[in-house]
Amino acid sequence: MAFSAFATTTQAVQAPKRTSRVALLLLLPGILYLALFFLVPLVALVITSLQAPAEFGDIGQFQNAFRWENYATVIGQYGAQILRSFFYAVLATVFALLFSYPLAYFIGVKARKWPLLQNLMLVMVIAPFFISFLLRTLAWKQLLSDESFVVTGLKALSLLAPDAHITGTPVAVVFGLTYNFIPFMTLPLYAALERLDTRYLEAGSDLYSTPFTTFRTVTVPLSMPGIVSGVLLTFIPAAGDYVNASREFLGGTGTTMIGNVIESNFLVSLNYPAAASLSIILMAVILVLVTAYVRRSGTEDLL
Amino acid sequence: MNRPLPRDPMVRSLIAQARNAQLSRRTLMGGAGLGAAALTLAACAPTGPAPAPSAAADGSATDKTLNWANWAAYIDEDDAGNYPTLAAFEQQTGITVSYDVAVDDNNTYYGKVKDQLALGQDVGADLVCLTDWMVGRLIRFGYVQKFDAAKIPNAKNLEPALQNPDFDPGRTMSLPWQGGFAGICWNKEKVPGGLASVADLWDPSLKGRVGVLSEMRDTIGLLMLENGVDISGDWGSDEFTNALDVFSKQVADGQIRNIKGNAYLEDLKSEDTLAAICWSGDITVINAEAGDKWEFAIPSAGGTLWNDNFVVPVGSTRKSNAEELINYYYQPEVAAEVAAWVNYITPVLGAQEAAMAIDPELAANQMIFPDEATLATAHIFRTLTGAEENEFGAAFQAVMLGS
Repeated sequence: MAFSAFATTTQAVQAPKRTSRVALLLLLPGILYLALFFLVPLVALVITSLQAPAEFGDIGQFQNAFRWENYATVIGQYGAQILRSFFYAVLATVFALLFSYPLAYFIGVKARKWPLLQNLMLVMVIAPFFISFLLRTLAWKQLLSDESFVVTGLKALSLLAPDAHITGTPVAVVFGLTYNFIPFMTLPLYAALERLDTRYLEAGSDLYSTPFTTFRTVTVPLSMPGIVSGVLLTFIPAAGDYVNASREFLGGTGTTMIGNVIESNFLVSLNYPAAASLSIILMAVILVLVTAYVRRSGTEDLL
Repeated sequence: MNRPLPRDPMVRSLIAQARNAQLSRRTLMGGAGLGAAALTLAACAPTGPAPAPSAAADGSATDKTLNWANWAAYIDEDDAGNYPTLAAFEQQTGITVSYDVAVDDNNTYYGKVKDQLALGQDVGADLVCLTDWMVGRLIRFGYVQKFDAAKIPNAKNLEPALQNPDFDPGRTMSLPWQGGFAGICWNKEKVPGGLASVADLWDPSLKGRVGVLSEMRDTIGLLMLENGVDISGDWGSDEFTNALDVFSKQVADGQIRNIKGNAYLEDLKSEDTLAAICWSGDITVINAEAGDKWEFAIPSAGGTLWNDNFVVPVGSTRKSNAEELINYYYQPEVAAEVAAWVNYITPVLGAQEAAMAIDPELAANQMIFPDEATLATAHIFRTLTGAEENEFGAAFQAVMLGS
């Protein structure tokens, strides 16, 4: 199962073979919870996604049906936005990984000698969580606006065309996604690297391997559980994110992601079947991609 | 799946266990049974067109309370955060009013309460102020209660031009609270020449610096007026499509920077946009907040006029209390006091004269007390049928979503 990759179990005791009545009883609340708050909504979502407009109905009125065409319609209509969501999510995940790895490595390995610095840097990674991420995204919108020092500075250095802007472009949206998900990437990486035994690295250099080879063959494989959970924690929410790409925040009409399409169909157009089928498509695609990723990265062995 | 097992005996045993735990046919059937149960449960959810709910019985005689849901900054407020006119009402009538800034957007508010409305249940508000087109939808669905005209004698003070809207002829179920214009505005420092018409927004010098409203009836309304269409009159999908084509072309060309709701003010302040389609009262407010930098005008081809209206949701048990409150706010003196604070158009006749006593300059402000000449330049977007709401709304959303 893909999601067991989140758990990093190093200590496990052999579980009892027979399932006792007590165990079943203890499981009951969890199963009821899942049935009520996951299964029922999921089934309701599937039913909604297959509804057809009510005859002579007004806006937002639908009746139960088996309209599979709803799926084809939304894919045809919003194919570009669906692809864009996953493209942005992949970009944000890659950037977040490139940014977080050195950071986590420094905190988890290099800063071991200075526990105070280590803790301070960890606090700095987590501290942004104390402020609502909506506020932080709005702040970035201000910082990246046309008359801000960032944009005027880039223009003065001729790094940006005189009539160009940042807010409302893919650059701003991918930047926002990357920024907002960096802690989710950094923390699992830190957790994995913090346990890295540096004697392996010394052994690598004793055996005349270059630092890069040591990194590639020793450090990366040992931090793989961290990379996998970081990537999953970043990619899954980023693909469905609708705040960064929203027109009210960093996005524009040309950067709409699938989350924005679902929101607009649900709240404004009251096209519930379209919104529901898009949600299911999003879930299905994420499930397929994540399963493929976990299989390829070989983390099944971690089971 | 045929990789060799790892050496570690603990891991080996775990993997063996995990493999054994795979779905057997029996557990699969069990799962299917649970799924079927969930399906039956889900089927209980109301779907499809339901008959209009019936109004709740009025208990105002014994229950002297009232819940009023309204938009932010839409009633007079003193420095301590109290509402002076509302406090006076409570004192006069003994009705305790809980004023709740619960409406942020017509669509999201509707999304929040529509299921209770359909079942005729209480939505937590006995009085809500919503925009014309949304009130039209609520009336069409039978989601609001009929007023008892005898209990609102002051309704005679309603501005004649607003007495017979197409969604509620004779005002039997709705009465305006405040109204406003949609027009154009610009940054006086960056666009010293100013703007006169909607076409001026498409000037190459403003490329990428123009904002428009995500409220379809205002943005498309102004574009249709620019095309010479009478938006209150009997127009069809051709006229709509023509205006939509202009809109989508300007979006595709990058002339229009962004399409927003209330947040368009932030873009004006950060100067991402230098000119915009906007609402009249807002410009007064941001000029007061962020320096006198912006100017508002009704475009030469005309602007749109909208109203937010009082309605009593179908599940409310305090209709008489609500009517008493409406009657109170339809007194010219009270209306003037509210208008002086919110900067929107009051629908109450005589409020302008009453405002003279408070502040003569205020009484002369055309954006709060428009005269005949100003009102003649503003038009009300006609009410759409359900089919049109679907069709036009989807087309407008498609442009906003870039598809």
